[in-house]
Amino acid sequence: MEKVVEIKDVWVRYGNQVILESVNLELAEPAGLLGIIGPNGGGKTTFLKVLLGLLKPYRGSVKLFGKPPEKSRDLVGYVPQYKRFDFDFPISVWEVVLTGRMSHTGFLKKYSEEDKKAAEEALKTVEMFQYKDRQIGQLSGGQRQRVFIARALATNPKLLLLDEPNSGLDPHMQDELYRLLDRLKKDMAVIMVTHDLSAVSVYVDRIACLNRKLHYHNSREIPVEDLEATYQCPVELIAHGVPHRVLERHNGNS
Amino acid sequence: MFELLQYSFIQNALAAAVLASIACGIIGVYVVVKKIVFISGGIAHASFGGIGLGYYLGINPMFGVVPFSLLSALVMGTVSKKSKIPEDSAIGILWSLGMALGIIFVYLTPGYAPDLMTYLFGNILTVPRFDLYLMLALDAVIVGAVYLFYKEFLALCFDEEFTTVQGVPTQKLYLLLLCIIALTIVVLIKVVGIILVIALLTIPATLSRKFTHNLKQMMLISILFGGVISVTGIGLSYALDVPSGATIILVLSFVYGLVAVGMEMLDGRGVSGAKNSP
Repeated sequence: MEKVVEIKDVWVRYGNQVILESVNLELAEPAGLLGIIGPNGGGKTTFLKVLLGLLKPYRGSVKLFGKPPEKSRDLVGYVPQYKRFDFDFPISVWEVVLTGRMSHTGFLKKYSEEDKKAAEEALKTVEMFQYKDRQIGQLSGGQRQRVFIARALATNPKLLLLDEPNSGLDPHMQDELYRLLDRLKKDMAVIMVTHDLSAVSVYVDRIACLNRKLHYHNSREIPVEDLEATYQCPVELIAHGVPHRVLERHNGNS
Repeated sequence: MFELLQYSFIQNALAAAVLASIACGIIGVYVVVKKIVFISGGIAHASFGGIGLGYYLGINPMFGVVPFSLLSALVMGTVSKKSKIPEDSAIGILWSLGMALGIIFVYLTPGYAPDLMTYLFGNILTVPRFDLYLMLALDAVIVGAVYLFYKEFLALCFDEEFTTVQGVPTQKLYLLLLCIIALTIVVLIKVVGIILVIALLTIPATLSRKFTHNLKQMMLISILFGGVISVTGIGLSYALDVPSGATIILVLSFVYGLVAVGMEMLDGRGVSGAKNSP
């Protein structure tokens, strides 16, 4: 069985600044939901860009499903940070979701019936099909986020990558988002990065800390020293916002 | 007014206005939604180098400007993305470099450059028949390319990074879009001139955005606006005996102001009406 993600000793730098230092990560099926937390500027978006093949590390190797990222594009769904969009853009929900089919449709071809079916299914999964003719700016923040997830799902991914999916959402909408991810993780591996510690909810199966280095122990608990290394401050200061079970499990059976 | 239509120069002017509106209506929408007005202005101004080259080589300047504008588009698109200096600085440098080359070429050309001003400021009333055929051919290329690449261009303009992740060669696609913008600029040069081209690429498309949220409809509406307004501009410039290119831009700006203020007032009324309702 091929590993979903296999990252070995990956280094990335911009100019003289090292952004990622000797990052290693292995995810096997079933991978569930991996949450990656870390401060702003800690290299989270860079890490995702490496996974997407948008950025080449100067050292180390990245493999998704046994292939380099550029060769596995039809297996990867991507939900970018949504604050960088122009919501006035003249595009409908339906057109947005169809762009998630481009890796299947091919260059210069019209979207096929299969593409349309996949887009419809993706929109139904996130319960947004009835809004398909709306312009993207006429939706609420939470609805928009679901449309971008639908666009990623239209690819029929085996791996879903989300960049700060919870930013700009109120607690209720965040909860809905996590429940959606909880459903999706049964069919695909999900990796979510966030700077918001409180976002690490009960739905996360594994957790990693990223601040230049990646601290990962293949579990849903973070040793306190990892958190301290990641945030470079006494952990008491930030532990208030963290649900208890991230730090330690209270029941004794495990 | 109708007896004017029998003059062949008026017929040519109207044909040129229609051909220009088609090109700027379609491509202007991409320029506006992708927010590449500045690089488009850069390509337009740099292509003055091609006009100078045409004079220098003693050929029709339109033949100089086609390859030169395409070259400027490719160089600007590549340099602005790849260089270490900020994109707008790179564009600013290439913008003036192209114009400077044009001025030197014109200076080196023996004798007087007869209709240099029509390339800078346009004169739709003197468009020769040959230029009309060239405009028609370029329009066909532009419409054909947009038809073929419609889905790719839409994805590129909306979310370049995601489109790259989908395996689309976005860098090449962006250069292609810039080349089509360059051809559009060539179509528009005779109408309003290099200096004012950017108005035709931005105003009709920005206007159309106020009426629809659909890219195809935006293109149609902006062709319509461009066509009606340029024909009005031609009529006014003939009647008042003022330069045609500048008149078209003035009418465009006037209509834009009118629509913007009108919509603002309608919006304002709508809001206060809603406030008053229980």
